[in-house]
Amino acid sequence: MKIHEYQAKAVLAQYGIPVPRGRVAFTPAEAREIASEIGGKVVVKAQVYAGGRGKAGGIEMVDSPQEAQKAAGQLIGTRLVTPQTGPEGVPVSKVLVEEASDVSRELYLSILIDGLSRLPVMMASQAGGMEIEEVAKSTPEKIFKNHIDPVIGLQPFQGRKLSYGMNLNGGQISEGIRLMANLYRLFMDNDCSLAEINPLVVTAGGKLLALDAKLNFDDNALFRHKDIQELQDKEQEEPLEIEARDWGINNYVKMDGDIGCMVNGAGLAMAVNDLIQYCGGRAANFLDIGTLNNTERVVNSFRMFVADPRIRAVLVNIFGGMARVDVIARGIVEAYQQMDIPFPVVTRLAGTNVEEGQRILADSGINFIRAEDFYDGARKVVEAAKGVNK
Amino acid sequence: MSILVDDSTRLLVQGITGSEGSFHTQRCIAYGTKVVAGVTPGKGDSEHLDVPVFNTIEKAMTETGANASLMFVPPPFAADGILEATEAGMPLVVCITEGIPVLDMVKVHRYLKGKSTRLIGPNCPGVISPGKCKAGIMAGEIHLAGNVGVVSRSGTLTYDVVSQLTSLGIGQSTCVGIGGDALPGSTFVDILKLFEADQETRAVVLIGEIGGSMEQEAAELISREMTKPVVAFVAGGTAPPGKRMGHAGAIITGSAGKASEKTKALLQAGATIAPTPAEVGLTTRKVLERV
Repeated sequence: MKIHEYQAKAVLAQYGIPVPRGRVAFTPAEAREIASEIGGKVVVKAQVYAGGRGKAGGIEMVDSPQEAQKAAGQLIGTRLVTPQTGPEGVPVSKVLVEEASDVSRELYLSILIDGLSRLPVMMASQAGGMEIEEVAKSTPEKIFKNHIDPVIGLQPFQGRKLSYGMNLNGGQISEGIRLMANLYRLFMDNDCSLAEINPLVVTAGGKLLALDAKLNFDDNALFRHKDIQELQDKEQEEPLEIEARDWGINNYVKMDGDIGCMVNGAGLAMAVNDLIQYCGGRAANFLDIGTLNNTERVVNSFRMFVADPRIRAVLVNIFGGMARVDVIARGIVEAYQQMDIPFPVVTRLAGTNVEEGQRILADSGINFIRAEDFYDGARKVVEAAKGVNK
Repeated sequence: MSILVDDSTRLLVQGITGSEGSFHTQRCIAYGTKVVAGVTPGKGDSEHLDVPVFNTIEKAMTETGANASLMFVPPPFAADGILEATEAGMPLVVCITEGIPVLDMVKVHRYLKGKSTRLIGPNCPGVISPGKCKAGIMAGEIHLAGNVGVVSRSGTLTYDVVSQLTSLGIGQSTCVGIGGDALPGSTFVDILKLFEADQETRAVVLIGEIGGSMEQEAAELISREMTKPVVAFVAGGTAPPGKRMGHAGAIITGSAGKASEKTKALLQAGATIAPTPAEVGLTTRKVLERV
């Protein structure tokens, strides 16, 4: 789960990590008020979940409260398109107004879980302000890493190594070590999957300051962090994905094609999408219905497809294991009884109780396109989608 | 032979009295697996499905000689369950549970270091050595005993691949679902090493997916140490970056996480890549004809 920059900075501040003075504004008038409280130059930053805001015009430096109001007015209520959002962009409904900082150097600091060592790893670099992947590619020697043993936590020597790696000096070293220890505590306390300060700046006065911050949280651990769960801004999520979740379909991701897919299992669902593309089509979604054996989730999946005007054909690919094929088949028939389904449906069923499932579909009198296997299903749904004129 | 489980496996089920635990214990027993004990704290000194139930794993092991555990424990308590089994000296723990917090698994992995327990999963379908032992939730009847090892991050995609193999008459020595989480107990590398050492296994099918770099590590091992042929497919070639595709571990966060990068690494290492997920069986048949 993601949260906004202003929320992330509030969490950082709770853990004693210095952040610029500022507050979130929901209206241009509020932005003006906050700017005059701060005084002098301020930065107005669009609050969206996507990165790449700067180049997209989502961050403006202004000299006066009037200008802050104007900048906020130009952002609030619009959609911001960045390299990370797709062409439709994301809605901006609030801006962070904070004091402009006099920056002398831009650094990078983050913690995430390293899959190979299975430990938290802290990464630091003197090349801040840019994508760390880029730094890793072009100048890998500028990235310093320390794995952290959860039994003993982050040690001072590790903080020193990273501080020297970022070219900190004098009092900044102990300041850096303290900041890193706090960031590690924040990461562990809150079940973060990523805690990133980019850039971490050295101000003209020689102090460390978190100029931008990103916190992501482990979805599987949200059950023990109700406070964080409440920070979620549904407006920033894909509406179809929110709708899916409201209907009990947790594993739905919108894609850019026109073929609806309903599959059980994440790996199989990805493979189905791959195969559709291989056959010359494009999937409109990734949808893993999971293994809960009720017809409701199947009916709701069809509701999603019907509500999605892009859909030209649907492929149902179920390999029953834990999931029972007869239950899925009954769900499909129920969907037809409950709504008008305007697109052709290709069914590929296999596994537990498949005979019963096929019989239910055959007895329904509904005209399904039956596929014999995985490949056949993809091929037939691509053909079916091409045959539909919309 | 086979790897991890066989007819000497004496299975203990953690969470045997729950609905999932009950359902799958019955199916394991029906397949012929020797289920010797169940553990549910608070339900000790009873029987469930004619299997004795204990309060602790330690007691269950002492009294029944259980040597592998299959776990159906809800996510908030699953890490504790793995630790208990490890502490009791359980040689093999297969954890089915989906949704365990990553930081819980960080602690589990730290504790597992230097211990004799091997963990499979979490968030996996389990392990089956066809005809010998099923310690998992997969449908036993789609499998066929034979000489191809299967290792996969996915559940249902593996069922599809296994049924492709079976319908071509290609049997399996053991099928291992290592799970869809970011921090699995056993990796491709761990399982490939076991297959390489297993006399009965002639070739290995590896089913990867987007996220992490486990396939690249497997590729290194394949080029360095494996003498047996490997057939591979990596799912998620069409997945958009930054989106979690169902599995906690299936999210492209860096270029290494892309299916194309993983496929390239495996190909360069000498693995044979199935052109589509529907052709893993056919590709395996061709590879076996060459061996």
